[in-house]
Amino acid sequence: MREVYLDYAATAPVEQRVLHKMNEAFEHVYGNPSSMHLIGRKAKGYVEAARESIAAYIGADPKEIYFTSGGTESDNWALKGVVEAAKQKNAHIITSAIEHHAILHTCAYLEERGCRVTRLSVDANGSVNPQEVEKAICPDTVLISIMTANNEIGTILPVAEIGRIAKKHNILFHSDAVQALGSVKIDVNEMNVDLLSFSAHKIYGPKGIGAMYIRKGTPIANFMHGGAQELSKRAGTHNVTGIVGFGEAVEMLRENDAKYVAHYNQIRTDLYRQIQENVEDVLLNGDEENRLPNNLNISIGYVEGEALLISLDMEGICVSTGSACSSGSMAPSHVLGALGVEDEFIHGTLRLTVGRYTTKEDIDYTAKKIKEVVDRLRAMSPLYKDRRK
Amino acid sequence: MEYTNKVLDHFRNPRNVGELEDANAVGKVGSPSCGDKMEMYLKIEEGIIKEAKFMTFGCAAAISSSSVATELLKGMRVEEALQLTNQRVVEELGGLPEAKIHCSVMVEEAVQAALEDYEQRKKQEII
Ligand SMILES: Cc1ncc(COP(=O)(O)O)c(C=O)c1O
Ligand SMILES: [Zn+2]
Repeated sequence: MREVYLDYAATAPVEQRVLHKMNEAFEHVYGNPSSMHLIGRKAKGYVEAARESIAAYIGADPKEIYFTSGGTESDNWALKGVVEAAKQKNAHIITSAIEHHAILHTCAYLEERGCRVTRLSVDANGSVNPQEVEKAICPDTVLISIMTANNEIGTILPVAEIGRIAKKHNILFHSDAVQALGSVKIDVNEMNVDLLSFSAHKIYGPKGIGAMYIRKGTPIANFMHGGAQELSKRAGTHNVTGIVGFGEAVEMLRENDAKYVAHYNQIRTDLYRQIQENVEDVLLNGDEENRLPNNLNISIGYVEGEALLISLDMEGICVSTGSACSSGSMAPSHVLGALGVEDEFIHGTLRLTVGRYTTKEDIDYTAKKIKEVVDRLRAMSPLYKDRRK
Repeated sequence: MEYTNKVLDHFRNPRNVGELEDANAVGKVGSPSCGDKMEMYLKIEEGIIKEAKFMTFGCAAAISSSSVATELLKGMRVEEALQLTNQRVVEELGGLPEAKIHCSVMVEEAVQAALEDYEQRKKQEII
């Protein structure tokens, strides 16, 4: 059976070139980068080279890049670290309703400990209005955290403008750029950010490694206590092979990002066109213009998301849904909920995210199978029957 | 999410799909906002279920539960059908993931609603 992977937003395979570089590190670079001797210094060279690659790609200084275990850790650190360093009762955080759970659940955790959180609603395209951000600012506000691009619906948010507002009010600004890296230009100065979260596995690097950009002078508490790694802010022996892989994955972006984006855009647009031609009652979620080039998020009327997902899985097509029913709740994801998609459509949501290895054949096959599956499910859907009447 | 082969079989090739023109017992439960809606159509003659059909908007668990329920219902006496529980449906499917048990509850409710409808119709005919 044909296997088609259309879930690159969940994770991407490790690129051959990245793997080779990691293998080289596994075989020849076994030292601890913190050791003073020759073997340690060699490992440190690899770690620092990766740090420089990442810094150069986002317009930062290498000293502003801190390695973490991934996007989740970076998000946790940004929020908890800024709040802790603020040493302020009732510290206030402004974020959005469509952030990743790594942000939203951390916010809930901080709320339980006395913080106040404003979760800004989004417009129908899933975007945040910068003026709403400005209005939400109050004397206690210590941090604004708004993602660069959303992982589910692909909307790219007006981060540079929000950053400008944060700067004007002298408030720290963090952005989760996990999904944006490689698809949206990331420049820490153009974006006016103080903190950025990254993860390697979304950019064809290994899992379990990521980074945070922390602008020089940003007051933030240390996250891991122990050795002197990462300027003592994030202790723990470096994940050398992971860091090497991350660095190489970013090098590939530096060399080819425009080419990748053009490919994503072309293949995604083709997929959407074919689905629109084959299937009626399909809504696009997220912003049509300001959207990640590899993301297609659609709600297919009168059918249920998990049924779609499993049917496509039976055809070898791997996608994700934002609306699986589980644990007694049919609740669609918080992101779809925030968009206010109609009932008859919201439960039939699919996220299809294309990648570097997605081919025209994959897309043609997928569009054809989606039509078959939707026809089959609609034939037994009482909602579809009622709609036709 | 791990489904049994029987669930996947009934999901992929559901039995007895559609509306039943001459049904004399119809139960409709759920709503689009819940993400699950089911319609159960039964044709009952002399206290025995002769025909059973369904239409379901929902997940694989909801669809396979509906399908297997129609198979169980055919030939049942009304009194037996009143005793049909979602556990019985789940058993017949060889089990459902814990988080999906609630999707089979709707089937029980749809059957109950259909049988209630049948009782109502009977009363009206008598009057
Ligand atoms: C927007 C966003 N933030 C954070 C994360 C978490 O990253 P990680 O898997 O590296 O912990 C993800 C990925 O799932 C994501 O899409
Ligand atoms: Zn269900």
